[in-house]
Amino acid sequence: MKLKVPSTAGTMESNDVLVSIKPAKSGGIQIALQSNVMQQYGRRIREVITETLEELGVENAEVEATDKGALDCTIRARVAAAAYRAAESSDYHWEAKK
Amino acid sequence: MDLKKIPHIEEIGNRGVCSGKVTKTSATFDERTKGENKIVKDLKTAILASGLKDGMTVSFHHHFRNGDHVLNFVMDTLAEMGFKNLTVAASSLAGVHAPLIQHIKNGVVTHIETSGLRGELAEEISRGLMEFPIVFRSHGGRAAAIESGLLHIDVAFLGAPSCDPYGNANGYSREDDDGIACGSLGYARTDAKYADHVIVLTNHIVPYPNAPFAIPESSVDYVVEVEDIGDPAGIMSGATRYTKNPKELKIAETAANVVEAAGYLYNGFTMQMGSGGASLAVARFLRQKMIDQGIHARFALGGITSQICAMHEEGLIDKILDVQSFDLDAALSLKKNHLHQQIDAVYYASYLHNSAVNKLDFVILSALEIDTDFNVNVLTGSDGVIRGAIGGHPDTAEGASLSVIVAPLCRGRIPCVVDHVQTVITPGAAVDVLVTDQGVAVNPNRPEIAEKLKAAGIRVTTIEKLRDRAYAEVGMPDPIHYTDKIVGVAMYRDNTVIDVIRQIEE
Repeated sequence: MKLKVPSTAGTMESNDVLVSIKPAKSGGIQIALQSNVMQQYGRRIREVITETLEELGVENAEVEATDKGALDCTIRARVAAAAYRAAESSDYHWEAKK
Repeated sequence: MDLKKIPHIEEIGNRGVCSGKVTKTSATFDERTKGENKIVKDLKTAILASGLKDGMTVSFHHHFRNGDHVLNFVMDTLAEMGFKNLTVAASSLAGVHAPLIQHIKNGVVTHIETSGLRGELAEEISRGLMEFPIVFRSHGGRAAAIESGLLHIDVAFLGAPSCDPYGNANGYSREDDDGIACGSLGYARTDAKYADHVIVLTNHIVPYPNAPFAIPESSVDYVVEVEDIGDPAGIMSGATRYTKNPKELKIAETAANVVEAAGYLYNGFTMQMGSGGASLAVARFLRQKMIDQGIHARFALGGITSQICAMHEEGLIDKILDVQSFDLDAALSLKKNHLHQQIDAVYYASYLHNSAVNKLDFVILSALEIDTDFNVNVLTGSDGVIRGAIGGHPDTAEGASLSVIVAPLCRGRIPCVVDHVQTVITPGAAVDVLVTDQGVAVNPNRPEIAEKLKAAGIRVTTIEKLRDRAYAEVGMPDPIHYTDKIVGVAMYRDNTVIDVIRQIEE
């Protein structure tokens, strides 16, 4: 998946995460994370964001995530939505998310 | 008169023969009141007169909650006067007390005792602001510490919404209806009784006698009139609203069913509801059961809310024992309902007596976390930062025949049922049943309760299964890192150390 434009997905509501993605030429997946559960889940949130983008074939991106205690499934959904918007793609592959 | 002729006069007490001299005045009561009273011109005068010295202990109550302006005003004044190394022994501290940070940095305050901490002050202390660890006591533990002399108060600074010139102070006033009302002054009463010196700060001087009074003039040394004791909106507002959160309502309904099934809902039962949405909502479900079964409660204890007062006025609760009024309706009920009785902290929960908590059939209590040994944490957040208060949690959990903890399985991404709580405040041995939105677990110490719940059709699971379910939902949290520095010591209700709080590492 090739990212073309900056995009966002998600909200600042409790148990949600606001994800902004900017295309990047190099540097891999850079994540700037803010979370109200940083101590307990910061590591896991970064892991889920990276995994989701890698699964979509995104190699370089600048990600800003403001997390309000979202569960893993929510984080995956928001990151994927932001990535598709950044790629200006609607070629969704619907599946039951793990 | 020859005293020696009176048999056993030395044992009776020989202070001599009455001289016949008496002190009498012809002035009217009105004239006397103007001349002789305890009002001093300002706080500084009262402080100087009290003989407060560096290194002494000053105390405060928390009946004004987050609307309190008394503690900050007094501490600013003490700082201005150059006092150092003071111990602040407050019945609790709230977010509004953040200015203490500066007084700690300047060495005005070096020791703190409290039931809880919130906001900026809690953040700073959790990050190692103080050299000397904070001492956390339950309401009953603090009362016992004060009455036994373990916690000696040199000067108590007690805010009061009404006081007469002789020092009779109260949490409301029957003189008029437009003043601040905080209701019960239960915690302040213990301080007033045992402190060496007592200074009442009030915005409302009323004529003698300020009846009824929470604090009698015999306990009070000085009265200071100040313009501002607090923000009425922060002190209390209206009625505590019933939660509309469906998760909390489900927990509350289940908890009421648990109480009934366990056999503690009978004609003449006794109860307390702790703070928190689900806990307070239990009253709603109990009320319906009481009406349906035609039974009533002998008393409700504790922090008192509008719901309890409404049930009292409906005739469902005979008497209210009120150590702290949680909302304005409760304060007004204390003012108008004569079977709504104000009690002090010793009467409420001191372990040195057979106090009121020991007469509870059941108590419903909240928790930040509960672990698989049923230990409960109500003081530190899952990030290790202090963000709560012990309150009467361990006092009522041990005192009541049935203690029910109500908590959601998870709050957002934070699991509430865990392997190990951050800080043990109430030991598992005092906890009987856990009610979550996803199941009920009974302490294995109480197999008879588990049997009764099952017989009543309540699905009982194990606390380990609830923990597994919580972790499956939100994932396993990474452990919090602490330094070796101890920033707080948590006391059990008998003032033995139950746990320590360490500085968080960032």
